[in-house]
Amino acid sequence: MAASLLVVLGRNPMHSVLLLIVSFAALAGLYITLNSPFAAVIQIIIYAGAIMVLFLFVVMLLNAHKEDEYLAAGAPAMKKPLYFGAVLAVVLAAELVWALTRTGPAQDALLAGQAAPDARALESVRGLGLLLFTDYAFAFEVTSILIIVAMVGAVVLAKREL
Amino acid sequence: MVPLEHYLILSAILFATGTIGVFLRRNVITMLLSIEVMLNAANLAFIAFGRTIGSADGQVIMFFVVTVAAAEAAVGLALVIALFRHRETLNPDMFTSLKW
Repeated sequence: MAASLLVVLGRNPMHSVLLLIVSFAALAGLYITLNSPFAAVIQIIIYAGAIMVLFLFVVMLLNAHKEDEYLAAGAPAMKKPLYFGAVLAVVLAAELVWALTRTGPAQDALLAGQAAPDARALESVRGLGLLLFTDYAFAFEVTSILIIVAMVGAVVLAKREL
Repeated sequence: MVPLEHYLILSAILFATGTIGVFLRRNVITMLLSIEVMLNAANLAFIAFGRTIGSADGQVIMFFVVTVAAAEAAVGLALVIALFRHRETLNPDMFTSLKW
């Protein structure tokens, strides 16, 4: 979990990518403690596997090991947005923690109408697949179109000359 | 069993970390990585809530979020490559040709 902080703070993009993989692995462990092994497997395979390989590939392709020379050169002009961003992020974190932890009564009300969580039903990949292809079938098909569009878009954008 | 609040607090911290990254870093690739961190924070909240109310909907939505993240990463990185070819830099402050 500290790894994600280092992702943002690290200077070298390569280190950031590798630390993000560590962070995703930790999140996958959390998903397992949340009775969601399917989510954990997706996290490892798709995120840590596919997306991060893509990022690593681009970082290596662009040979981008030198970021903050620009920052050093334009430091005075940069100061204001930097502070603004930091303050905004801290405020956002405080707000989110405040909002999310004050759900006590609402959460009890929410849980009152429900049976106790059935851990086995949550864990079954079969139930998840049934849900995905019945209730969420339309969203699933739309997702496939989105993927095709993204693929075509990526190929067009990365062509030699725009 | 860890209470729901702990997952939510971690999720909030992760999201704020991603926000800091987007605002503070001057590197397009690192900004994209920060966006991935924010998406993961949302995933964590979805799954924690889904487990709490005992429904698998949270996992389904997490599946869709991962799909969208993959598409976004592909297009974003293609854009980065195209921009780098033109400008030889990854600093977003240098991409100001469209500024009026």
